[in-house]
Amino acid sequence: MSTPLPSGRDRAAEADQLRAVWQTPKGWRYWSSVNNVQVGLWYGSAAFSFMLFAGLLGLLIRAQLAVPQNDLLSADFYNQVFTLHGTVMMFLFAVPIFEAVAIFLLPPMLGARELPFPRLGAFGFWSFLIGGVFVCGSIFFGAAPNSGWFMYPPLATSEQAGIGADIWLLGLSFIEVASLAAAVELIVGIMKCRAPGMRVNLMPLFAWYLLIVAGMILFAFPPLIAGDLLFEMQRMFDWPFFDPARGGDPLLWQHLFWIFGHPEVYIIFLPAIALLAMIVPTFSRRPIVGYSWIVLAAVGTGFLSFGLWVHHMFATGLPQISLAFFSAASGAVAIPTGVQIFVFIATMLAGRVIFSIPMLYAVGGLAIFVMGGLTGVMVALVPFDWQAHDSYFIVAHLHYVLIGGMLFPVFAGLYYYYPLIDGKKMSARVGRLAFWLMFAGFNIAFFPMHLTGLRGMPRRVYTYPSDIGWDWLNLVSTMGAVVLGIGMFAVVVDVTLNRRRQPRIEPNPWNAGTLEWLSEPEEDWGLRSIPRVASRYPLWEQENIAREVAAGDGYLADAREGRRETLVTSVLDAEPEQVLRVGGTSYVTIFCAATLGTVFVALTFKWWIVSLVAGLAFLAGVIYWLWTGTGEIPEKDEKDIGHGVSLPLYASGPKSVGWWAMFVTMTGDGTAFASLVFGYFFFWTIHGDFTGGQAGPGVFWPMIALALFAAAWAATLGAREVNRRGGVLTARWLLVAGALLSAAGCLAALSGPWTNAMDPTVHVYPAIVWILVIWTAVHGGVGITMQLYCLARSVAGKLSPRHDMELHNIALYWHFTFVTALICFAIVGLFPEAL
Amino acid sequence: MVPCGAKACRGAALFVLSPFMVACSGVQSSLNPAGEEAAQVATLFWVMVIGAGIIWAAVIFLSLYASRWKRRTISEKAAGRLILWGGGVFPVVVLALLLAVALWLMPSLRPFADAEQPGLRVEVTGHQFWWHVVYRQPDGATTVSANEVRLPVGERVEFQLNSADMIHSFWIPALGGKMDLIPGRTNRLPLLATKAGVYRGQCAEFCGLSHALMAFPVVAMEPGEFRSWLSDRGKPSGGIEAGGLGRELFQREKCGDCHRIEGTEARGTAGPDLSHVGSRLTLAAAQMGNDVEALARFIAHPGSIKPGSMMPAYLHLSREEVDQIATWLKGLQ
Repeated sequence: MSTPLPSGRDRAAEADQLRAVWQTPKGWRYWSSVNNVQVGLWYGSAAFSFMLFAGLLGLLIRAQLAVPQNDLLSADFYNQVFTLHGTVMMFLFAVPIFEAVAIFLLPPMLGARELPFPRLGAFGFWSFLIGGVFVCGSIFFGAAPNSGWFMYPPLATSEQAGIGADIWLLGLSFIEVASLAAAVELIVGIMKCRAPGMRVNLMPLFAWYLLIVAGMILFAFPPLIAGDLLFEMQRMFDWPFFDPARGGDPLLWQHLFWIFGHPEVYIIFLPAIALLAMIVPTFSRRPIVGYSWIVLAAVGTGFLSFGLWVHHMFATGLPQISLAFFSAASGAVAIPTGVQIFVFIATMLAGRVIFSIPMLYAVGGLAIFVMGGLTGVMVALVPFDWQAHDSYFIVAHLHYVLIGGMLFPVFAGLYYYYPLIDGKKMSARVGRLAFWLMFAGFNIAFFPMHLTGLRGMPRRVYTYPSDIGWDWLNLVSTMGAVVLGIGMFAVVVDVTLNRRRQPRIEPNPWNAGTLEWLSEPEEDWGLRSIPRVASRYPLWEQENIAREVAAGDGYLADAREGRRETLVTSVLDAEPEQVLRVGGTSYVTIFCAATLGTVFVALTFKWWIVSLVAGLAFLAGVIYWLWTGTGEIPEKDEKDIGHGVSLPLYASGPKSVGWWAMFVTMTGDGTAFASLVFGYFFFWTIHGDFTGGQAGPGVFWPMIALALFAAAWAATLGAREVNRRGGVLTARWLLVAGALLSAAGCLAALSGPWTNAMDPTVHVYPAIVWILVIWTAVHGGVGITMQLYCLARSVAGKLSPRHDMELHNIALYWHFTFVTALICFAIVGLFPEAL
Repeated sequence: MVPCGAKACRGAALFVLSPFMVACSGVQSSLNPAGEEAAQVATLFWVMVIGAGIIWAAVIFLSLYASRWKRRTISEKAAGRLILWGGGVFPVVVLALLLAVALWLMPSLRPFADAEQPGLRVEVTGHQFWWHVVYRQPDGATTVSANEVRLPVGERVEFQLNSADMIHSFWIPALGGKMDLIPGRTNRLPLLATKAGVYRGQCAEFCGLSHALMAFPVVAMEPGEFRSWLSDRGKPSGGIEAGGLGRELFQREKCGDCHRIEGTEARGTAGPDLSHVGSRLTLAAAQMGNDVEALARFIAHPGSIKPGSMMPAYLHLSREEVDQIATWLKGLQ
């Protein structure tokens, strides 16, 4: 920050420009905002509301189980209540709350004005809200899912599951789309939108954790989406993926679900640890000890978490050798977890600790979580798990892990970061009272459950007999749950009512060291100007940084052109590369979320026409959004961001955030496809003759389809290259050719199973072949849309040899689609021949 | 039922659980083991509880010391050493030991019977919400029963587990851990009872509306007693020929379309076998005591006792008619 600044700058005018550009719309237009501050707050409030709703469901469960033979709730309603309790807590609270916190916190923490795709973030929020209300609302119509939150077939595929199962599958698939949108946004944001100089090894730990978690979402959610697809095909069209009578297997769902479900636990847990990793150094008055240790431990946890899923299936009769492997891996994950806990303890030992309310919640959470971790090691041992599995011991274990490892850290984070929302602290008095109520209530409620479970009480029972030693244990649990609920209520009161009475305070009230504490709650621009970062705790280690940022001495201190702009920097060293113009206030996000939501809701009720119309409206919405909001050719090539640095306003290829978003999205997409391929080979391994005597798609059509997909891919690549060299017209013809070749490829793909009269309802083999082929054909169809979109952009003059971002992105898409086609057609066409 | 194990209670005293252990009499408790697997796992559990208690106390003490009580800070180097030893080396050693114990236990607890030397096999098929049980002796003789499991003490019995509809899980906590019953698969679970007595098992995998009501009594008998029981149950009950209208009504109402009674024309398989229903310890998968009144109540309106039961209500029968059927069934001893 030593370069002399140009004199004669009107700093007040600059601030006004920024204020005007980033202003939040007033009145009912407020809801069209896409700014990370509002979206983060909405997201968080919605997730919190869902948590309270699911908490009430939890209290209903405890009320029913307070005494034996209780008839407060009917069996059916109880089954809906516990299914929804688990579903809402996992899908509508635990994961989204961190997307919320991340969207709210990351831009100021990274020194960015905004995440790279604010409208995508807003779209994700609205999707989440619509899907969440749909899923939660079902219980008021007695139509909630009732098969448990992991929805095991054949129960969940049977008639008995009713429409609740469809609501679960489709409602949550919709929410999973929102989660993936958030993951794309966070990954690209953390990699490309950090302040200049914030090299990866200077990144705040919260950003590291969120990067890992977003990466995990990318690999964990797609298997569930693939599973949902198979599941819904069975429910809607009777394709027998999980029906053993026709070659299917209910265990395939368990594999796909837990390949998602176990990383999910760490997707929930790691961001909570990330909050502690911000809180503990602040109140220890020193930088974290063992920065590299904790980052490596978090990465290790992320990797290991994908190798544990079978520990949810120890009692399904799998070979003991695989049980042994997964038992070892399950125990091993305790090691990086231990490292992370000891990093906090070591940091506190090496610092002078101020024991504030956030620290109270942090240590309380640790006390609970460590117990859950220790029982986790116990259940990782196969023989013990044979007893504990599906008993109340597991109920106790999972609540210790999630409430200690997630809920208490979230409350710590709430008390810590509240000043960034409101410029006030929350009440310490209420905070302490609420803590002790929740801490005591939680332990009274859940500690006895360890014993209840080992005394033989299975989970998910709506009633129990009175004479086998579970009575008063359950009564104690219920009393504890009430106390826990009262503590929760105290926090709600503190957040909603009490805050008016708290005095306004200085920015950075805890004297923390990271950039987010420079942001001012009343401004929407993130930071007044973007500093150059040279340390992990810039507010502690870079003198005067707060004053310089606030005075506008950093980069990008103005908004002369009247556009919302943020800096794009390089992935590793965070050297400035581009000034990115991000999308502003818009209704298109709400429109797209509403139409896509309508598609899913209509499918639930099998309203085919409605869902088709809504689907077309969604497609139109997306195209309008892209056409008007992205890839704009700027009025000038470069912008001066101060300190003698001029950066381009346009980038294409790997330098552009859009390319990275496509890359990240297609990685998730590829994972979903890999899950379907896993299904194909799973059926092959469990059957002697996995075709079940059914005809295959032959070799001819799959190979034709593969050739056509390859040609379409080549045409797209050719269009990009030719266009770059100035051959605009040839490029357009190549795009037309590409679209025709893709269309032919799709038809050829479907011709294989079609001409061989493969009936997907007869046996699982034709069904899985159809699914793979349809998956590929749909990708071809999306590819056609992209090719035609680029053609239209080119014709409209919005895509030129120098401004060819869209062509780079669709070429990247076609790389992935070609690989998908290659794998798909090799498997369906050649693999049966090779047997 | 089973006295509180001295070892268990010693372990409990070391743990905060102690006040909870007063009523140590659960028939469904894994902590009152009456089988080899349950006993080994219970011992493993108590050892782990003590270890976990110590680790928990140490970590929490350290956290509180670090955050509240300490006077002097430690150097960064010392802090790094703490992370290495406390977070890295210590867990590796403990986990390696635990894993070694568990891997050593697994094959010895659940060895699979040799195909050449079959012992007694009990085939259990899960239904919503009851258990179909077939005893298959080494000589091939079979005995069909339902909603009750008996086995000889001191002999390893292999359970073969299958399901007719949903996934269920077969769990007798006092004898050992659980194993799922999965449609399209046959799972095997060897169990060795070590103490005679009556225990309780229950379905542990959520299987639908009345999952909570799917239990069964388990009777571990002295081997001689078990053999004579088994051969007795292989024959038709003497109560079939008893007087009264019960048998006629049973036929008239076509009960035999779903239920089987050895020695009669009733051959249905959709519902539980009733050949010796009168002598079973419980009714409706351990939901009611076994007497005429309970039988009558169940026949009249199964859904009121077990929501989602496949059996239709017989409300069109008079009270007397239902009692007649119930009396006849109770006589099938």
